[in-house]
Amino acid sequence: MRVHEGQVIDGFVLEQRLPSGGMASLWRARHPDLNTPAVLKIPFLDPGQDVSVVIGYEVEELILKRLSGPHVPRYIRSGDLSEMPYIAMEFVAGESLAKPAKDAPLPPEDVARIGAEVAVALASLHAQQVMHLDLKPENVILAERGAVLLDFGLSRHAGLPDLLGEESDVPMGSAAYIAPEQVLGDRSDPASDIFALGGILYLLATGELPFDTPSTTAGMKQRLYHAPKPPSAINPKVPAWLETIIRKCLEVDRARRYADAARIAFELRNPDQVVIAEPGPRRSCWDRILFAFQKRDDHQLTGTSTLRRREAGPALVLVAVDLAGGTDPLAEAVRAEAVRLVAARPDSRIACLTVLKTEIIGEDARADSAGRSVYIKRLVALKDWARPLDLPEERISYHVVEAVSAADAIIRYAEHNHIGHIVIGARGASALRRHLGSVSSKVVAQAECSVTVVRLKAQGELPEQ
Amino acid sequence: MRIAVLADIHANREALDAVREAVAAEAPDEIVIAGDIVGYGPDPAYAVEIAADYAARGAHVVLGNHDQAAIEERSGMTANARDAIRWTRDQLSAEHRSFLAGLPMTVAAEDRLYVHASADEPDHWHYVLDAQAAAPSFDASAAWLIVCGHTHIPAIFYARAGHPPVAFRPLDNQPAPLMATRRHLVVAGSVGQPRDGNPASCFALIDLGQRSVTMRRVPYDVETTARKVLSAGLPPQLATRLASGR
Repeated sequence: MRVHEGQVIDGFVLEQRLPSGGMASLWRARHPDLNTPAVLKIPFLDPGQDVSVVIGYEVEELILKRLSGPHVPRYIRSGDLSEMPYIAMEFVAGESLAKPAKDAPLPPEDVARIGAEVAVALASLHAQQVMHLDLKPENVILAERGAVLLDFGLSRHAGLPDLLGEESDVPMGSAAYIAPEQVLGDRSDPASDIFALGGILYLLATGELPFDTPSTTAGMKQRLYHAPKPPSAINPKVPAWLETIIRKCLEVDRARRYADAARIAFELRNPDQVVIAEPGPRRSCWDRILFAFQKRDDHQLTGTSTLRRREAGPALVLVAVDLAGGTDPLAEAVRAEAVRLVAARPDSRIACLTVLKTEIIGEDARADSAGRSVYIKRLVALKDWARPLDLPEERISYHVVEAVSAADAIIRYAEHNHIGHIVIGARGASALRRHLGSVSSKVVAQAECSVTVVRLKAQGELPEQ
Repeated sequence: MRIAVLADIHANREALDAVREAVAAEAPDEIVIAGDIVGYGPDPAYAVEIAADYAARGAHVVLGNHDQAAIEERSGMTANARDAIRWTRDQLSAEHRSFLAGLPMTVAAEDRLYVHASADEPDHWHYVLDAQAAAPSFDASAAWLIVCGHTHIPAIFYARAGHPPVAFRPLDNQPAPLMATRRHLVVAGSVGQPRDGNPASCFALIDLGQRSVTMRRVPYDVETTARKVLSAGLPPQLATRLASGR
């Protein structure tokens, strides 16, 4: 299908051709009914073109129209395949991630900032049952509203038929970033995108690709057997926490890989919370020779899907506890609820938060030594309260937040860290409390995730004699 | 244009009533009864009367293998099915039988084909349980949308010229796409005897405007139907399988 500048397709005026891959041409376009520019993606459907172009177009049309939120371009409409096939979507202004990728290595804080944005976008995609399966710098736009993911031609929606996977036996994805289980034909695990994100972080941190760009399936399979060089061996400026995050993204065995993108965003934004794990000892020369000759099942190496872990419970749990009066029975009940919730999922992480009420905004209570000691005292109380949870340090963090409004502080923290579930206590329902509005009711009303409200059972008054 | 497909009612009055209510709420433009109105279940006369009523109001109704067996002696049925069909015959009046006898094997409407089992050899009652079994239907019919039942297991097959069909198990109550670029074979789940592990009644809701098909699940009073199966003296396994949906 030959199209040219100025051509009008279904009312869209093609204005400027944009750089694109081999499957379709991309045009910036305008439509008189829209007050923002659009992008038209027009598949190359010339005779003799690969059939994957048709299927890729079908798949992208199916998936993009079902996606919403700030991390994907808004779907506008599509053209009839028999007449003029195209997909019209919102034009997203911003910078392609390919550009900073060219400038890599980047300082660790830039890698973490960009990585967290992409992780947040992935978390949003995965929450909508979609796996991208071709995540690479060229498919990410860094926009003002956050990272925006492009090109869903190889993607998979868990609730839709996998037309692509059913009709193809060759691994589909980009050689540099494709996950090992995807090389083996598994297109059902969101953790495959997390592996690709690991590849992007590796590139941004070191300036090199972890696995090069093999052109054969056998070449792509190498990543099942050989771990890439540690990033710090290429760029000594890569800190241990970043190296740990990258390694956990690039784990071949999915039991050891992150299962949730939100968790990666959390760790990239809170480097001090990352527990540095030493890599396993490098294999000796003899071991490696032995390994090369061992018979093994490739599927065993990639482990089981992370889907079950994702379904077991939230990856990030926020437990908000009121310790102004010490560890009272309500605080204990909140803790008991937290125990039940984290038990559902062995790799979940719990953020313990308590709010230190300040009266006036702007006056830094911590500035004087008295304020500092109040803060420390509360942190000590929080850790003491959490001790019976008996969680290893990589599963728990402590946050004393100073705020005028406890509810606002809790909601803000949950939003910023993409918390999956909040546990909070509620005091008895007095008339005054109902009138003023409680912290928990405001959190319930405004939080974007599930909230468990813990309340002590009222014992009631003794009946009049 | 929206089409409700009721397949494999199998004389289950409680399931049929629950589905009728759900269908009425959807107010579809077309109703299809995709065969096996009777057999297995304890209320064949009621099921035939409802089907006849739908037909009188313009619904497309096709013949199923149990409907056929209820009006003429057939070989090749399982013991339970045969016992049930003998019992069924005694429940049907001449009027019921003549309604069933008048049903066509297939109905074509625009680019759609309705059939009970498969589009190839409709009177051989092939089970379309996988992509391989779906292929002959696509060869036999040029329809963009073939709709059938017979397996009691909801499925959608997507076909593209020159390629084997792709199978998909649609999720309950979630629209699955129909595509301009493909032809489709939709196997509607069963109203009266689901076998996909979910005992809730199933009917297919096709939306041509949205290009989607949804397997709608409607829970019904399984215990009452099971009790009626037993008190009618029908094989007890026909009662237990309703509760397990297998």
